[in-house]
Amino acid sequence: MDVRYEAPETLQAAVALLAGATGPAKILAGGTDVIVQMETDLIEPSLLVDIKKIPELRQIAFENGGFRIGAAVPGMDIMGHKALAKAWPGVLDGVKLIGSIQVRGRASIGGNLCNGSPAADSVPPLIAAGAIARIIGSKGTREVPVEQIPVGPGKTSLASDEIIASFFLPARAPHSGDAYQRFTPRTEMDIAVVGVGVNLTLDKGGTCTAARVALGAVAPTVLLSKECADALIGSKVDDVALEKLAAAASAACRPIDDKRGTKEYRIKVAGVLAKRTAQQALEVARKS
Amino acid sequence: MSKKYHITTTVNGDDYEYLCEAQQTLLDVLRDELMLAGTKEGCATGDCGACTVMVDGTMVCSCLVLAVETDGAKVDTIEGMANGNELHPLQRKFLELNGSQCGICTPGILIAARALLERNPDPTETEIRYWLAGNLCRCTGYDKIIRSVQAAAREMRGA
Ligand code: FES
Ligand code: FES
Repeated sequence: MDVRYEAPETLQAAVALLAGATGPAKILAGGTDVIVQMETDLIEPSLLVDIKKIPELRQIAFENGGFRIGAAVPGMDIMGHKALAKAWPGVLDGVKLIGSIQVRGRASIGGNLCNGSPAADSVPPLIAAGAIARIIGSKGTREVPVEQIPVGPGKTSLASDEIIASFFLPARAPHSGDAYQRFTPRTEMDIAVVGVGVNLTLDKGGTCTAARVALGAVAPTVLLSKECADALIGSKVDDVALEKLAAAASAACRPIDDKRGTKEYRIKVAGVLAKRTAQQALEVARKS
Repeated sequence: MSKKYHITTTVNGDDYEYLCEAQQTLLDVLRDELMLAGTKEGCATGDCGACTVMVDGTMVCSCLVLAVETDGAKVDTIEGMANGNELHPLQRKFLELNGSQCGICTPGILIAARALLERNPDPTETEIRYWLAGNLCRCTGYDKIIRSVQAAAREMRGA
């Protein structure tokens, strides 16, 4: 196997390399999935395009009251960003659960998303947050909601010459909060049996005016559930609303049986975890 | 013949130049080309932390880094931890308190523990356990590792 490695310094150069590839090409960000897949012969790329030398992919910047996070920023850098932690604690909780500290020294949210795992921990909170991915390809730039990127396990809607450059997290309305919780048998170094991201906004009286709920590891892709959101919107996120949310979360699941849990188990846990996560998001919103 | 990449790097402060193929990991190059076999391979899939090294001050699994990515980088491995014949306090405490048994996990744990103590000279037991969550040990049951790290931290603080 002869692999060619390139580390372009601009997005245009990276896209040109991908567009001109004659064999299988792979984008290399933190490499914590790609290198394992190469080592275990799951993939045999003939071209690796390392995007970490492209400055805009390595930055976290304020933009229109929100944040733009470069797709290749390592998890540890995201976790160390104080303003981001304050505005989007749920997104940071998702990032915090990706692998070990060693892994987060390299792993990025762009990679976590493009690896296409339905159990990827940063994806439900990003979807709940309404994050928009900026995608650059030979045909130009497109802005795509994160939930439209995974299309199945290991598969994304990106064309072969497209790269996710960054994610935009919008400005926060007052009294907004987000949270991410996952259920795993171990506290660390594990893969979600179920993961739930909740993002909600309250009005002055404490009524929920907007909500987004994303469910991980319970379907071939992370799900954005309108039914779950509808259970919360218009309520005070009281017990009745939380029960409706739990029922909607369980109903939305299309899980598989695997060594981490059976279908029935995942369906039950999804409901319980959705409630807990919504309560946590509610606490954050009340304090903001 | 496969394409070779020319890499210039420093490892433990020493300059190195070598040729590698794109798919060779930093772990492979350290052990097989640079003959720095102190860094261990437990899994080669990022799960065990035995291969932990520092690259430009960031703690990483060297099995999850390609050698080509480290051109121009500063790498620190277990071989650079002792100062000549003088062991680092962490190394000494691991010896004294049996923080190491078979030793496969030890280099990675020492590198990770040093990185922790540089950030936080007085970590709680819980902080140590979470920080070392990516370093698996099949022998010690972790307790002796935690006690060794705490003892070294105490000594390094002069407490
Ligand atoms: S050998 Fe690198 S993490 Fe196990
Ligand atoms: S001492 Fe044997 S694996 Fe830790």
